[in-house]
Amino acid sequence: MTKLNDYDKAVETYEPVLGLETHIELDTHTKMFCGCSTVFGAEPNTQTCPVCLALPGALPVANKAAIEATIKIGLALNCHIAEWTRFARKNYFYPDMPKNFQTSQYEEPLCENGYVDVVVDGKEYRIEIERVHLEEDTGKTLHVGGATGRIHGATESLVDYNRAGIPLVEIVTRPVPGTGALAPEVARAYTAELRDIVRSLGVSDVRMEQGSLRCDVNLSLNLPGEEWGTRTETKNVNSLRSVERAVRYEVRRQSALLDAGERIFQETRHFQETTGETRAGRSKEEATDYRYFPEPDLAVMEPSREWVEELRAGLPELPRKRRERLQAEWALGDKEMQSVVNADAVELIQATVDAGTSPSGAVKWWLGELSRRANESGEELAALAITPKQVAELQGMVDDGRLNDKLARQVIDGVLAGEGDPADVAAKRGLEVVSDTGALEAAVDEAIAANPAVADKIRGGTHAAAGVLIGAVMKATKGQADAGTVRQIILDKLS
Amino acid sequence: MSRIIDRTAAELAADIREGRLTSVEVTTAFLDRIAAVDGTVKAFLHVDREGALATAAEVDAAVAAGQDLGPLAGVPIAVKDVVVTKGLPTTAASKILEGWIPPYDATITERIKAAKMPILGKTNMDEFAMGSSTEYSAFFKTVNPWDTGRIPGGSGGGSAAAVAAKMAPLAIGTDTGGSIRQPGAVTGTFGAKPTYGSNSRYGLIAFSSSLDTPGPVSRNALDGALLHEVISGYDPRDSTAIDAPVPPVVEAAKTGANGDLSGLKLGVVKEFESSYDKAEPGVVEAYRAGVEQLVKLGAEIVEVSCPSFTYALPTYYLIAPSEASSNLARYDGVRYGLRAGDDGQHSLEEVMSLTREAGFGPEVKRRIILGTYALSAGYVDAFYGKAQLVRTLIKQDFEKAFEQVDAIISPTTPFIAFKFGERTGDPYQMYLADLYTIPTNLYGGPGVSVPVGLSEGMPVGLQVMGPVMGDDITYRVAAALESTQDTLLADTAPEISANLRLTAFDEKGK
Repeated sequence: MTKLNDYDKAVETYEPVLGLETHIELDTHTKMFCGCSTVFGAEPNTQTCPVCLALPGALPVANKAAIEATIKIGLALNCHIAEWTRFARKNYFYPDMPKNFQTSQYEEPLCENGYVDVVVDGKEYRIEIERVHLEEDTGKTLHVGGATGRIHGATESLVDYNRAGIPLVEIVTRPVPGTGALAPEVARAYTAELRDIVRSLGVSDVRMEQGSLRCDVNLSLNLPGEEWGTRTETKNVNSLRSVERAVRYEVRRQSALLDAGERIFQETRHFQETTGETRAGRSKEEATDYRYFPEPDLAVMEPSREWVEELRAGLPELPRKRRERLQAEWALGDKEMQSVVNADAVELIQATVDAGTSPSGAVKWWLGELSRRANESGEELAALAITPKQVAELQGMVDDGRLNDKLARQVIDGVLAGEGDPADVAAKRGLEVVSDTGALEAAVDEAIAANPAVADKIRGGTHAAAGVLIGAVMKATKGQADAGTVRQIILDKLS
Repeated sequence: MSRIIDRTAAELAADIREGRLTSVEVTTAFLDRIAAVDGTVKAFLHVDREGALATAAEVDAAVAAGQDLGPLAGVPIAVKDVVVTKGLPTTAASKILEGWIPPYDATITERIKAAKMPILGKTNMDEFAMGSSTEYSAFFKTVNPWDTGRIPGGSGGGSAAAVAAKMAPLAIGTDTGGSIRQPGAVTGTFGAKPTYGSNSRYGLIAFSSSLDTPGPVSRNALDGALLHEVISGYDPRDSTAIDAPVPPVVEAAKTGANGDLSGLKLGVVKEFESSYDKAEPGVVEAYRAGVEQLVKLGAEIVEVSCPSFTYALPTYYLIAPSEASSNLARYDGVRYGLRAGDDGQHSLEEVMSLTREAGFGPEVKRRIILGTYALSAGYVDAFYGKAQLVRTLIKQDFEKAFEQVDAIISPTTPFIAFKFGERTGDPYQMYLADLYTIPTNLYGGPGVSVPVGLSEGMPVGLQVMGPVMGDDITYRVAAALESTQDTLLADTAPEISANLRLTAFDEKGK
């Protein structure tokens, strides 16, 4: 059983150093080195050709759109774009890699020396980008016949090469010290910011759940004033929440080892989505020698300065700028906007506003009730089974007086349970506000008759006492009355 | 009238075009010749009689209909088995690809088909083009038509022997360190390694990507030039292809045939000249006689210094194996070709390992190990990295030389065709065969080998090297040298008979 320290205790003693490697699948129409389609989810091995199957004699030709997309990413990350750059071969054997080498970049990446600023808890952290380079994805291996789906115990391994050769951009940070206890949050904020930047460029759909954005989290611990420790590299971290959890877990695990006087092995670990643990993979110390060398099948790339400047000039509004604009448009304070960003709710709120809701209405639902639900179920906000359009519909029903907040929450239950759009759920569950004033007036009369003393107080001018009668009416109507309307009827009758 | 098989490709093309012969007659003549003598020569790994005759029939129908199909339409050709041919077995003479039928055509195969040239079959070679004698074919050895006890050169020994034995008027070769030129020299045929990048490598089974170049094998420079123009030219599927017009090699060969080289400066390399005492005297003698002929035609001989050429061989044997070790990694038994040990008892890694153990021959293994070592962490700078630096120096030597001269000449190879088994025991002795051809590959320029004479009754070749994209000058000089010979050397080969006694080597395959 892995020993874990208490997180707070761990970060009191040790200083974490973060490092993040992110792979992003570009959404070019064709693969990195051939003309095959990149559409996700096709029948296995239908999007292949001699090049991406590495048939004898086939040769790669680089996809210009992918080079352009990578330069855009580099520019958005404040990188220097190389004047002269080339591909390199990374040699190792694996059945889902057709050539048994990956065409990647080594000493001459396309983009270098950039940075991303993120704000966590009101403090700004500059995450330095070491490099952004272009490479190709591998195929996918499916191990069948075993109990676990892992290679161990499997009777057969099937390979799907549809993904082999899809352009992949790797973004590597320099080590990030100085985050202290906030290391998990900083790691998450960086990943979210990177994702938003790439999405704003329109070069990838950056969907972590589909694997089009994949994270490796490097972490080491050291005592204050001492040299950085040995790092582990955790792979398979495929959601923002997982990024946070993986960092937290490694801090707890490594600190327990260090406390016990043991050493940390430089190794690759795998994040377990279900348990939140990291598990040891292959050890880097006995890892393959990749025997990198310049790819002789591909011409060197010399992006002209004119082209780079043209791309720079064409960059869209980047997320930070956009957030500043939206904060003003939505009239939110700094703290409130930060909560929106931390909850990863900018896009959701914007989409809700676009669907016709007031900014305050949209913020209320996403930061309030829906964030609470997401926390309860351990999901990302965006993964909740409710769309911005449905939230807008819900708020519209509230605005029209057809729902009150309490009923609206019950409608959310129904939407999340897959019962349909808010109007359908309200109809099916009978959750409309009672707006039939005849029925309400009868309920009010009953309440007055049952509470004569309270009624007298109201007649005497103590309007606050109306609450008791409203409560009685709400109880009688099972909450389906609009409190404001009820109050008005009571006051009309008793004054 | 001579036999059909004695005619040059240019003559056959004219005969077909002008209706004196049909392509079916011509193709049949060569197929019959293969049937008669290839049991002895063993140049072909695969013969496609049906396919060749089908193309020939198409040509004849088109000619009858008055269509103009281009300069070599109907002239049959043999293709080295390292070039991918859709529907025809392609093995690179390796067990690891035995039985593989490509689903696609190499660019040069497409161009041959577009030129309506019937493909006779696929020719034998050293496995994955690694060797200088074709003894490293995984299937069988090819003999030299001039002396069946001797090697036909390599790696393209099959293509050269097929042309020398008149089983094909033309053939495709590939040249990584001399694999077109050295077989040409030792079989008395013409062979050209074009400028790197001017002929597409798409569909060429890769040995060393930065060096491999496909080119023509023929009986004389003009035929070579005609084929050169069929297969050459920019290909967007090859990222290293040069997007420029093909040098006018046919015109150059015709100009050269006039026998006038006045005004032309031909370089002889000082560092080669001082090493000729280590070459066979008969080879040097034939070469010097050739130089004299060139001088008689008006060429001026200028000595140039290329000090880095001394390091060309070791440089090549670091770069080529390094690239090969990576290029050949794809042969793992997972997707195609041989798979060994897949019996449920072996792990995936073991299956890959057993496949490669069984599928690769000794020279291929040697080079994979050599290249893997040269690229390994801790060694890469000293070996691969240093070799790249020397390669740059060799390029600079060439560039400087071509400021002084129009072309550079040398013997093609230091020795005549050696006897079977003579050099397989010592790899270095085998590697020396490419001593004079390798610099051109490292530079990327063109080089041709043209028959220049005989030594001990065996052919000797003279090499003409040109500047990058200056292929035309190499053809011009070669054609001029041919013009001094009363009879084309290729026409003086001893007649091969089907009854010829087989020399002592292990008979496998056919």
